[in-house]
Amino acid sequence: MTPRRTLATAQRVLRQLKHDRRTIGLMFGLPTILMGLLAWMVVDQPGAFDHWGPPILGIFPLIIMFAVTSVATLRERTSGTLERILAMPLGRGDLLGGYVLAFGLVGIVQAAFISAFAFWAYGMEIPGSPFLLAGVAIADAILGTAMGLAASAVSRTEFQAVQMMPLLLFPQLFLCGLIVPLDAMPDALQWIAHLVPMTYAIKAADIAIANDSITADYLTNMGVVLGFIVLALVLGGVTLRRRTP
Amino acid sequence: MTQDPAVVIDHLTVIRGTVRAVDDVSIALAGGGIIGLLGPSGSGKTTLMRALVGTQDLTAGTVTVAGQPAGSAQTRGQVGYMAQVPALYADLSVTENLAYFAALLGVGADRVAEVIEAVDLGDRAQALVRTLSGGETNRASLAVALLNAPPILVLDEPTVGLDPVLRQSLWELFRVLADGGTTVIVSSHVMDEAARCDDLILMREGRILFHGSRSALQAEADEPDIEQAFIHLATRVAS
Repeated sequence: MTPRRTLATAQRVLRQLKHDRRTIGLMFGLPTILMGLLAWMVVDQPGAFDHWGPPILGIFPLIIMFAVTSVATLRERTSGTLERILAMPLGRGDLLGGYVLAFGLVGIVQAAFISAFAFWAYGMEIPGSPFLLAGVAIADAILGTAMGLAASAVSRTEFQAVQMMPLLLFPQLFLCGLIVPLDAMPDALQWIAHLVPMTYAIKAADIAIANDSITADYLTNMGVVLGFIVLALVLGGVTLRRRTP
Repeated sequence: MTQDPAVVIDHLTVIRGTVRAVDDVSIALAGGGIIGLLGPSGSGKTTLMRALVGTQDLTAGTVTVAGQPAGSAQTRGQVGYMAQVPALYADLSVTENLAYFAALLGVGADRVAEVIEAVDLGDRAQALVRTLSGGETNRASLAVALLNAPPILVLDEPTVGLDPVLRQSLWELFRVLADGGTTVIVSSHVMDEAARCDDLILMREGRILFHGSRSALQAEADEPDIEQAFIHLATRVAS
């Protein structure tokens, strides 16, 4: 892995995105509009947006970055560019690192953008720290990127890549404690819930909502999310093969 | 032409699904010159080329480039590859594509401008690849393969779909490269292109029917026409 090649890859991915203004618009505009819709839906229910808004704020970047990364990486595989660059002196780490750097950066900007709208434009209020919550959203964006890289490895077409989203993300949405509290679920489901990263992201978000400074619990849950990011990247790296059948 | 074998393929077999795409092929290619890999579609040319570049899973046998296993860290960058698919980023310009590949290969920006001129794309350098014609896309893809002036160039059907004038200019470019010491391996299913090669490899159903000079082929098949010579050899092998 060399910084020059990693940075060149990140720069290339960002250049591709720059040429695709509609995607940029969707990445930033869509979650902002959806947060606004949520705020409007519960405008007559005091405290409801402050309850539902923060965890959803953390999940949007995960879902969007997952979709963008999985399709972009799959396109790289199917267009022949992956074969070409892997036939060059490029390490697999350079490619993965480049993608994480580029989409991670986009995720950070996206998370910060949605957070700013939620807090300042839509009036979301939490007793804890908006910055800690933004930290969860950023970690989720990078998790989405890492999971998207891994998911693209098992997809053969863009249709399959898109359907990886309901397959890999929707069960997590149901199980993570956002809809039903973890301790209200059957034991078997609680056990499964503790095997998926979104559970820890939601826990970290809950801690950020309630605390205005970093706590040990916040660090533990963010650490688990980081572990899942590394795991997904390792999976993505293992499946990036120079030789194909 | 130098005589050191640039490429040694030893008992190579590649099975894809149920098809023996390459069937126990052994061959040594000397460095330099233009080597034409000719055969009909499905004869195993692309699989053999991918094996040479190091991107093909091998079922059996070995492929070495300059004494090192094909695809190893030592050979990456030694072999320039142009696949049949453009393998370019359609949403980037020609220059942006080349700048990225140049960064991976450790090549400077001045070389990017040189290869753009070499493939005659100067007036399309800032155009997005998705807006290029088929011929322009082929040339942009060729430019990537030329970037680091590799000692071996593997070009999979580089002239397919090009107009005769452009084909002529590309073959002139291949000749210049070969005269400069580059081993240019060009595949084609058009037998007419054999006339432009120094060495010929004829393939059919994953096997090599012939390897040698054009005159040797004509003598062996007792046919002046390359296509007829191919048919003669294929018939002889089948019987």
